[in-house]
Amino acid sequence: MTVSMLNILQSAVGVPAVPMDQVVVATDLRWAGIILLLPLLSLLLCGLCAAMRVKSKLPAWCTVACLAGSFVLSVLLYVNYNPPGEVIPLLSWMNLSWGDGALNSFSANFALYIDSLSLLWIMFVTGLGTLIAYYASEYMEPDLGKGYARFFAGVSVFLFAMLALVLSDNLVMLYLGWEGVGFASYWLIGYYYTRPAAVAAAKKAFIVNRIGDLGLALAVYLIWTTFGTVQYDELMTVLESHSWRAEFEGWTISAIPFLLMLAAFGKSAQLPLYVWLPDAMEGPTPVSALIHAATMVTAGIYLVARTYPLFLLEPVSLHVVAWVGGLTALLAATIGMAQYDIKRIMAYSTVSQLGYMFLGLGVLTTYGAAYHVFTHAFFKAVLFLTCGAIMHGFAGQLDLRKLSGLRHMKGWRITSWTMLIGCLCLAGFPLTSGYFSKDAILAEAFVTQGPGFEILGWIAILTAGLTAYYTFRVWFRVCAGPVSYEPGDELHDDHGDHGHGDFHPHAPRFAINSVLVVIAVGALVAATPYFMSNKADANIAGGWVADMVHDSTARAGLPGLAESQHPHSEEVSHGAHEHPTLFGMDPHKAMYFVSGAVGLIGILLAAYLHLWKRKSADALRGWLLARGWIAWLPRAMERKWYVDELYHALVRAPLWILGHICYAFDRFIIDAVIVDGTARVPRLIARWLQPLQSGAVQSHAVVMIGGVGIIVLLLALCLRFEWLGVVL
Amino acid sequence: MTMVATAMAGGSLAQYLIISGVLMSIGLAGFLTRRNLIVMFLCTELMFQGVVIAMVAFSRWHWEVSGQVFVIFILTVAAAEAALALALVVLLYRRRDTLDAEAWTELRE
Repeated sequence: MTVSMLNILQSAVGVPAVPMDQVVVATDLRWAGIILLLPLLSLLLCGLCAAMRVKSKLPAWCTVACLAGSFVLSVLLYVNYNPPGEVIPLLSWMNLSWGDGALNSFSANFALYIDSLSLLWIMFVTGLGTLIAYYASEYMEPDLGKGYARFFAGVSVFLFAMLALVLSDNLVMLYLGWEGVGFASYWLIGYYYTRPAAVAAAKKAFIVNRIGDLGLALAVYLIWTTFGTVQYDELMTVLESHSWRAEFEGWTISAIPFLLMLAAFGKSAQLPLYVWLPDAMEGPTPVSALIHAATMVTAGIYLVARTYPLFLLEPVSLHVVAWVGGLTALLAATIGMAQYDIKRIMAYSTVSQLGYMFLGLGVLTTYGAAYHVFTHAFFKAVLFLTCGAIMHGFAGQLDLRKLSGLRHMKGWRITSWTMLIGCLCLAGFPLTSGYFSKDAILAEAFVTQGPGFEILGWIAILTAGLTAYYTFRVWFRVCAGPVSYEPGDELHDDHGDHGHGDFHPHAPRFAINSVLVVIAVGALVAATPYFMSNKADANIAGGWVADMVHDSTARAGLPGLAESQHPHSEEVSHGAHEHPTLFGMDPHKAMYFVSGAVGLIGILLAAYLHLWKRKSADALRGWLLARGWIAWLPRAMERKWYVDELYHALVRAPLWILGHICYAFDRFIIDAVIVDGTARVPRLIARWLQPLQSGAVQSHAVVMIGGVGIIVLLLALCLRFEWLGVVL
Repeated sequence: MTMVATAMAGGSLAQYLIISGVLMSIGLAGFLTRRNLIVMFLCTELMFQGVVIAMVAFSRWHWEVSGQVFVIFILTVAAAEAALALALVVLLYRRRDTLDAEAWTELRE
């Protein structure tokens, strides 16, 4: 459907083209722009520190102070804003107009769109950003005076771009932030630029993300051509006034959600674009915790939640989102079970948990997805930061076979216990935050009608068990059991007075320990919003986060659409419709028991294989490998389901061949024939004529006179001798 | 084209052109046969004067004074050029202790 038709519809229904009655333009909240400016200020200060070769921790304190300021302002903004949403104009940027009517103007400004969804995001982004920057002030100590300022400048760039992405009021500014976080990610993954693996990982992340970015660029363009605007408030008004599918014709309505999905899958590491995230662990651990676990990778979830009405218009797209999310969760969990590098295990776990979030979006529980983003940000940050503390203390050792019994070692108790809290939340241990947020998604998979959603629900439950297993495999191996350890291969100067013979791990100090404790407590407290009172509708489970989502563009209830598909979307109360059941109970209630039980089974299995009978794990692996009919399974899991090899065969090898064909064409046709060939022509002619150049002046003169003679003769012929004859 | 006989006092245009051609030919023959740099230079001057005579003759024949003005310019430039050429010959002689043009064939490169 073209925009002109939309406008006719609008006038028929009586909706103004620019609806300002719902979303308030709030100029009195312009101070919110400082939230964006503080990370930029921090970038400037870090740059100055780098230029002046500051040897102290000054860049870290600048960053921590600026990010803390952003966090405080975010909370103030939450207190002061007026629901449901406000637009805060900051700077005019693009306001183009080349005629009257639809599609003849384009407007995208630096303006902030404040609703509960963006507030939820910026509060945990700035909060965790502050804490992790403080953690990094100690973690990055070995690089003091070298890369220290560069690291914090990268963190500042990331925070600025992430906040721009989340707070923008239009898709163009969102795109700017989207590219910005991709760039910051590239910058920080490749932080150790002397290590080839880090450089390769940075390139991989950047290139894989490019595929998703292409989808986003095309989606923004199609949204503009279809709806005539890229601003959320106008877009949502158009969508809400024409929310039934039949009103929109044409392929763009179907194409837009799939392109947005491509973008989200690239940034949030879903099948088939997840391959960059595990490799991104080459970056410093605070970066892995902040960017590649808690914040940036949830940008895809944010994008889908923000443009949710577009997905609701094309139900097939939500089914695809659900299935891709569910399958990614399972696949990444099985890979995580078979890895030995604890940071990689956490990376696959992140991919898996992001899969859960997409499953939640797909089965119409944006609340569940947003809540899981929120809780996951805390407990995954704890897990990564404890991994980082271990890596820092044991000279880069990350192999869970070479570390054991940390909780009995002096100075490592805080690390061990905070890691246990993170593991419990991730495993969905009853009454932890991960338990509630995961259950919200799992139960909804059984409630919502969709193609095979029930199978998807069982897949997700199975994945929950696997998650509990691989999480506690790490904890039982590394933190429990008898004390033994080997150092890694990064013996820096500050570890330097001892060789491999008498290696002393250095335990984390105040900055790391305090951050671990604060975030671990946050991970536990993240369960409380579930029980908070719900001001919108007492029938909705989920409390505060549900409230936050309900007020935003991500609510799953557009009249006429969601209702038919979803018996109790957040808009509709529970009792009004017939409810699917699980074991004869309401799925939400049944899930408390099912997922709790599955989680406990996973933990017990891990305890048996990795705590009580440590040898049995290797025995089991050997037994499996010895059986021909099942040996492929552990092998495939250890080799990550051959996905990297598949990429190599399907993408890299054809590109390699194409590249070499182009190289050969360039080398042998362009270079050899055209360039060198042209250059050889004068040389050949010169070699042929060179003998004429004797150097004897007289012979030159003879030739010259001959030439002049020929010219005169020709002239004479032209003038037919008449003139000469007359003269004589 | 008709001939203006009265314009040429003391001989026809052809006579002047013949003198000019003779001077040119002597100069050319000398230039092609001799190897001595100074003689070769003198020969070029001879050719030059042949051309100048032809020019003056035509100027007179056409009753057009600008040709003679042009000749004055040419002679001035020729004087300067002669000074330059002789200076070059002196330098070349100092290099090789000979005035033979064959000594400089390597300049072809």
